[in-house]
Amino acid sequence: MVPLSYYLMLSGILFACGVTGFLIKRNIITIFMSIELMLNGVNLSFVAFAAHWHALAGQVFVFFVMVVAAAEAAVGLAIIIAVYRTRETLNVDQVNLLKL
Amino acid sequence: MISIHLILFLAFGAVAVAGAVNLLAQTHPINSALSLIAVMAALAGEYLLLGAEFVAAVQVIVYAGAIMVLFVFVIMLLNAGVEERTKGSRVAIIFGIPGMLLGSLLVGWVVLRHSGTEAVVAGALPGPPKTIGDLLFHQFLLPFEITSILILIAIMGAVVLASKPTVEGGGPAKKVTS
Repeated sequence: MVPLSYYLMLSGILFACGVTGFLIKRNIITIFMSIELMLNGVNLSFVAFAAHWHALAGQVFVFFVMVVAAAEAAVGLAIIIAVYRTRETLNVDQVNLLKL
Repeated sequence: MISIHLILFLAFGAVAVAGAVNLLAQTHPINSALSLIAVMAALAGEYLLLGAEFVAAVQVIVYAGAIMVLFVFVIMLLNAGVEERTKGSRVAIIFGIPGMLLGSLLVGWVVLRHSGTEAVVAGALPGPPKTIGDLLFHQFLLPFEITSILILIAIMGAVVLASKPTVEGGGPAKKVTS
């Protein structure tokens, strides 16, 4: 018997780590991984609530979140490749111009 | 009284949090990616504790498998090195970490105060693939079909974005020399 609040705490800690990584990291790929970490934290709270409220729809929503994360990873990594091809850097501090 | 579920929860949770903190501490993206894989594997264990077998399997196959392979592939492809620190990143660390600690303390306090100690009975809600599939193909049929269109658009977008620009297209093509 693990209380629901423990799962929510773990989910919140993972989400906070993701937000912190998003703020402090300067490598664009690591920033992208921080977003994935945030999505994972949210997924954990989805599953915990699904178990708590006895509603399987929460697990289906986790499935949809994973689908969206996969699509986002594919497009985002393609954008990273395009950015690297034109700027030849992965540091977001040096990617500060919309125009090349 | 400490049950086996609580011990397993704490073990998987410790692995997940350690991986997440390691993701922040590492400077090389490949180390961060491996930490993220550890986080995802630990979360799959948590899902098993919650009785969500299907989600746990999909977590390992899709997240720790497919998505992270994509990440590692791009890191290798772009030959990403150790990230260099600049003035902006120091400012972000000075303001970001205390701010996030404050925010997570606030969220934790609210959660602990208001969600009480209702217990999640591990395995009380079995999520076998059959039940999930029933739900997915009856109640959630339209969102499921829409996600297929989303995936299709994402594939096309990835191909368009990652392909080399042609010379007659103008614009950034002049930078591509090698």
